Amino acid sequence: MAAVSEISVSCYHCGDSCKKDTIVADDKSFCCNGCKTVYEIFSASDLTCYYDLQSAPGAIPKEMVGKYDFLDNPNIAEKLLEFNDATTQIVSLYIPHVHCSSCIWILENINKLNKNIKASQVDFPKKTVRLHFNAKDTSLKEVVLLLSSIGYEPYISLDDYASAKKTVDRSLIYKLGIAGFAFGNVMFLSFPEYFEINEFWLEQYKPLFRWLMFSFSVPVFFYSASGYFISAFKGLRAKVLNIDVPIALGILVLFFRSTFEIIFDYGSGFFDSLTGLVFFLLLGKFFQQKTYNFLSFERDFKSYFPIAVTRITSERKEESVQVYDVIEGERLLIRNQELIPVDCILIKGNALIDYSFVTGESEPIQKQSGDKIFAGGKQISGGIEVETLKSVSQSYLTQLWSNDAFSKDKELAFTTLTNTISKYFTIVILTIALVSTSYWYFIDTALALQVFTAILIIACPCALAMSAPFTLGNTLRIFGKRKFYLKNATVIEQLAKIDTVIFDKTGTITANTKNSIHYNGLPLTEKEEGLLKNTLRASNHPLSRSLYALLKEHDILTLDEFEEDSGKGIHAKKDGFEIKIGSALFVNDSIIQTNREEIQTAVHVSTNNTYKGKYIFKNSYREGVEQVFSELEKHFKLAILSGDNEGEKSYLQKQLPKSITLLFNQKPEDKLAYIKNLQNHGYSIMMVGDGLNDAGALKQSEVGIAISENVNVFSPACDAILDASKLAELPSYLKMAKMSIGIIKTSMAISFLYNTVGLYFAITGQLAPVVAAIIMPLSSISVVVFTTVATNIIGRNLK
Amino acid sequence: MSVIYILLTISIIVAIFFFLAFILSVKKGQFDDTYTPSVRMLFDDELVQEKPDAKLLPTKNKLD
Repeated sequence: MAAVSEISVSCYHCGDSCKKDTIVADDKSFCCNGCKTVYEIFSASDLTCYYDLQSAPGAIPKEMVGKYDFLDNPNIAEKLLEFNDATTQIVSLYIPHVHCSSCIWILENINKLNKNIKASQVDFPKKTVRLHFNAKDTSLKEVVLLLSSIGYEPYISLDDYASAKKTVDRSLIYKLGIAGFAFGNVMFLSFPEYFEINEFWLEQYKPLFRWLMFSFSVPVFFYSASGYFISAFKGLRAKVLNIDVPIALGILVLFFRSTFEIIFDYGSGFFDSLTGLVFFLLLGKFFQQKTYNFLSFERDFKSYFPIAVTRITSERKEESVQVYDVIEGERLLIRNQELIPVDCILIKGNALIDYSFVTGESEPIQKQSGDKIFAGGKQISGGIEVETLKSVSQSYLTQLWSNDAFSKDKELAFTTLTNTISKYFTIVILTIALVSTSYWYFIDTALALQVFTAILIIACPCALAMSAPFTLGNTLRIFGKRKFYLKNATVIEQLAKIDTVIFDKTGTITANTKNSIHYNGLPLTEKEEGLLKNTLRASNHPLSRSLYALLKEHDILTLDEFEEDSGKGIHAKKDGFEIKIGSALFVNDSIIQTNREEIQTAVHVSTNNTYKGKYIFKNSYREGVEQVFSELEKHFKLAILSGDNEGEKSYLQKQLPKSITLLFNQKPEDKLAYIKNLQNHGYSIMMVGDGLNDAGALKQSEVGIAISENVNVFSPACDAILDASKLAELPSYLKMAKMSIGIIKTSMAISFLYNTVGLYFAITGQLAPVVAAIIMPLSSISVVVFTTVATNIIGRNLK
Repeated sequence: MSVIYILLTISIIVAIFFFLAFILSVKKGQFDDTYTPSVRMLFDDELVQEKPDAKLLPTKNKLD
């Protein structure tokens, strides 16, 4: 073969760089057999176009033996299926890997791989694929296995099992469509009357035009504007004057006065203003409603947990059971890469549990048989057998969700700036209306009612109500572009009110993957290091793997003797030269672990029974952490709550500003309680965390931000998701949130100006429909332009 | 009687026709995913891939 070997070749399928064991097929190199197999599947079915649309679009298929056996259970399958009859089944699956046009192409052409799949449609923003398949000749399990085998493994969690099929709420689009349609038509019909020409034909058709306008306004009044009436009514019942009260009042008056006017032929009414007002208001709502379909802010443990587990019956048979059916005292089989759904005791097998979902700590923990394993961990080294101690809902981790913090709605408790202002606004407007009406009552009784309605019409706070949605909606988009994804626009207002910032340590301010390793002890000779490297090669312990990756290349030796004592260390021999690697006790039992430093994670080494030293594993901190803290310290009270031991305390005290409170060994409930306590003292708190153990704290705090290295994978329920690479920009995001509030206030001032001008016309009793029709859109448009331009400017200056 | 009635009727019928078309398209979910269709429409050419030779030509433009 004429292929020239390059130093670094990237895999044709997944794009990872191929190491020494590159596999070459069809002149293309692959990093592993999995990738090669997927390529072969595609090329056998004429689907290699997959690689033309986007280079290296694939994912390495994962091991899945037995993983989807639960789909054979008809009760579980039924819950997942969207539609099911004897011949056709429809299912929507969430596939996290969907990321490019190649993905859409291959998933929509999947019928070439299994002709029983009749149709498949990808929803790219949601990362879902909807499959129709022939239930007679294939099954849900086969479809899922096919997807997994080509690297598109669907994510099926307990959440899919529990949730009823959500119906999409499209009412806002309908309302907006109707209001826009009516607005355009009414504008056309009322245009001739704006000029007040007494032309013969115009007079002739006036009633017709007016009644047409009326009929266009009816659906706007009864359907499009219905949300405002409902909200105003709810507000009044709760004794709150929210912004929807003056809006609803304005709309009511507009409609009834206009109807009266055309019935008694007083004038043309304000139908143009009415429809325009509703249209603009709904437009603001629509603009603010920016959602990130591919992110979920409502996750609880159910999104992490599997639907089913494998139970071992008393006759030693394996069967899939739904996790809620698992009771205390049952034997379960946990396969490689499976999540442990309940608190249990390890019976047999090599347990290496990765708790990164829960704590953010990526280094797995070794367990011995008889040890207790908490729910939420992921087994990562082969199958294990466990005995359950509790049911799912009573487990240590899941109990956190029964806390009150999870049942209350943060948003309802928060009064937005608009509603705060509208309280005074409504009172002032009503006072003005009453005073001027009583004045006119004595001057000209006939005009009194007209003035009263005119004031309510002109004061209808359209521009005021639009200030916040447009500013916040645009800020939300600017944040989104900078990888700071907010749940909704209210979060910005809450961010601006924060005075305390609390961080989790592991996984939040430290990176998940990068461990920095220091050597501490006597220098190792070339020969010793070679032996060390070769010994580590044979071990699968994660610490061995990371240490192995760090040491420089040595010739490959064949060891004479190798023995791994799981959970303790490794012992190896070569040409009479002996090496011991592992925990302090294993390597040298004379080391006394009283020193505080010993809390650190370390691997000790001794050769020929002489203690050499230790490799200390430290979490490396994310870039810019120190700047973030020193920047935030100027304006906020800061604290770090860590579930870990105090190993890093002295380092953190040295690196970070002195005023920071550092608390260690914090359980999930402790974090929640700490935040609650601060809130009772009047603080507004922003919590930054990452794991499920922060879920309570994130929920309790005013703003909970989840840090994520990959926003597509899972983060606990929160108000915002921040890409880990942007942690350093957190202070500037907070600044921007504050500035947005400033913009809202300024634009409210602008809208008050328009209101004052309008009120002049209204109080003096000369509000013509044409004046209302000019002032209303003008104020709205200038507010929209101002807020959009202003937020874009500060967004650009953000760095 | 007067042509204006005919004109009005026609214009309103046309307006309502488009309005109904809009409502119908929302109902069918055409506004739920506004991204994927834009990518999907570009795939038509790749689907017909019976002759592998034809495809080799444009990609073979490496330097000798």
